[in-house]
Amino acid sequence: MPFPGEKRWLLLGVALAILASYFAPQFNRYYLGVAIDVGIAIILATSLNLINGHTGQFSLGHAGFMAVGGFFSAWLSLKAGVTADAFWFFPLALVAGGLLSAVVGLLVGVPSLRLRGDYLAIVTLGFGEIIRVVAQNTEAIGAASGLKGIPKLTTLGWTFGFAAVTIYAITALVNSTYGRGFIAVHDDEIAAESNGVDTTRTKVTAFVTGAFFAGIAGGLYAHHKQFLSPTGFDWLKSIDIVVMVILGGMGRTVGVIAAAILLTLMPELLRDFSEYRMILYALLIILLMLLRPAGLFSFNLKRRKHS
Amino acid sequence: MDWLQQIINGLGLGAIYALIALGYTMVYGVLRFINFAHSDVLMLGAFSSFYIAPKIEKVMGSQSLLGCILVFILAAAICACLGMLIERLAYRPLRNRPKLTVLITAIGVSLLIEFTCQNENVFGASPQPFPKLLPEKSIHFGNVILSSNDLLTVTVTIVLLAAMWLIVQKTRIGTAMRAVSYNQQAALLMGVPVNRIISFTFGLGSALAAVAGILYAIKAPGIEPLMGVQPGLRAFVAAVLGGIGNLPGAVLGGVLLGLLETIAGGIPGLSNYRDAIAFGILILILILKPAGLLGRSSVEKV
Repeated sequence: MPFPGEKRWLLLGVALAILASYFAPQFNRYYLGVAIDVGIAIILATSLNLINGHTGQFSLGHAGFMAVGGFFSAWLSLKAGVTADAFWFFPLALVAGGLLSAVVGLLVGVPSLRLRGDYLAIVTLGFGEIIRVVAQNTEAIGAASGLKGIPKLTTLGWTFGFAAVTIYAITALVNSTYGRGFIAVHDDEIAAESNGVDTTRTKVTAFVTGAFFAGIAGGLYAHHKQFLSPTGFDWLKSIDIVVMVILGGMGRTVGVIAAAILLTLMPELLRDFSEYRMILYALLIILLMLLRPAGLFSFNLKRRKHS
Repeated sequence: MDWLQQIINGLGLGAIYALIALGYTMVYGVLRFINFAHSDVLMLGAFSSFYIAPKIEKVMGSQSLLGCILVFILAAAICACLGMLIERLAYRPLRNRPKLTVLITAIGVSLLIEFTCQNENVFGASPQPFPKLLPEKSIHFGNVILSSNDLLTVTVTIVLLAAMWLIVQKTRIGTAMRAVSYNQQAALLMGVPVNRIISFTFGLGSALAAVAGILYAIKAPGIEPLMGVQPGLRAFVAAVLGGIGNLPGAVLGGVLLGLLETIAGGIPGLSNYRDAIAFGILILILILKPAGLLGRSSVEKV
């Protein structure tokens, strides 16, 4: 899983983002929209990969954190009444959404990360549902009808800029001395604990960081679609992101990014078969688990043992 | 608000949760994983009886008791086979893999069943009216109404729970189930046919799910491919609440959850949060008493 020269990737990503936003007005609007979807999916999948892949904690509530960030930043920009030319407001609103999402992640993570495996999966699913129910009953964010008329602030540049930052931050975190703790927890929690890794703290860190970036992705999504509804963040949305991580191979950053791109483009290419999309996803999950549990893109010669 | 009425409604709902929770707990007991597809077997049970009932009705006449029993038995048999099939195809090849792999597969199986059934060539996504299996009567005690459906639910549940207890505690196969649950390797060494026992457990659990599915469909008579999701999740919470792997715990958890949900649904202001209540309880229980009300906590050996 080594990912050398992550700084280079960051610079490359940011440069591409600036270049892309320079040329963006000449692109077809449809392709532009799809490209932004891809960027958001990359952020979501990379951030979930930190929790599910690198740290080995199975979270099924990523859509909940996306909702927190999305609703909060959208609410901010609606409150502030910003228009499309507010350049510096947008990243601040995104980060604010991400921070609130991280706080919620902390509240969720501290109690539930004492649990393992399937219990954790269920609890995170439950928290995702609770977030959705709360959103549905909160008047300030439009309750069940959701938020409408969110200014269109998401551009290709911001999306890929944040995607590059996400990839950089998470790979740098995992490859740091501290971040080796994530891998240790993934490989064997008890062994990690007895080697002096504070496992609960490590898991909470992964969870909070993942939630932060999911919140940012939510904000980008909100200002891209210009409409948010609580029902859009149910657990099937979480499953979408989980499938990206599984398909890419848990803990394999490049694979997960590739899977995020592929799974976002696929429904666009297979528009005529849209009613079979989820059936296909489900089959994909089962077959991958039976045949290639390390992910579709796991051609690495250096095989990491999956516990 | 009439408390007695709420309690009766809650018991009717709780009995259904208890039946579903029993299936979760049994599978968890022998295999140590959450069978996510359990709630979809429940849905398939409701749909099989939806297709069987009219045919039975032609032979036995409408709304007869014997016909109703026959519908239950046939649907349970179909689902038992389905449950065993799912175990054979999806879970058995993964028997010695990490738990997470099995969990993800279970989610995949659940999604596969749900979305295949939602396809318009299978059941379609829109709700369909569930036929009346028995004439519906209600008995009035002053303000309190006791419907025959709730009575049926509670009776069926008690009978099945007693049967389950007898099977698990008194029969040879039940002893084998407990042995597999206790230690699969040791059971295998003592000559217990582990594969067959696991298959049987899945069959039994799925049959219970089918019965619960029919009872649920009688209670809320619009059936659709996603109908199992909500009761399934709640029954899972019930199983954890009582202590997963523990049969009496599943029943206790089911009844408690049914009562809590019905009572909370009657309180204005709380009723909007009904969907969140079960998960709130789950989180509380896991934080305060991770082994559940009747469960014993175990220490992981290294």
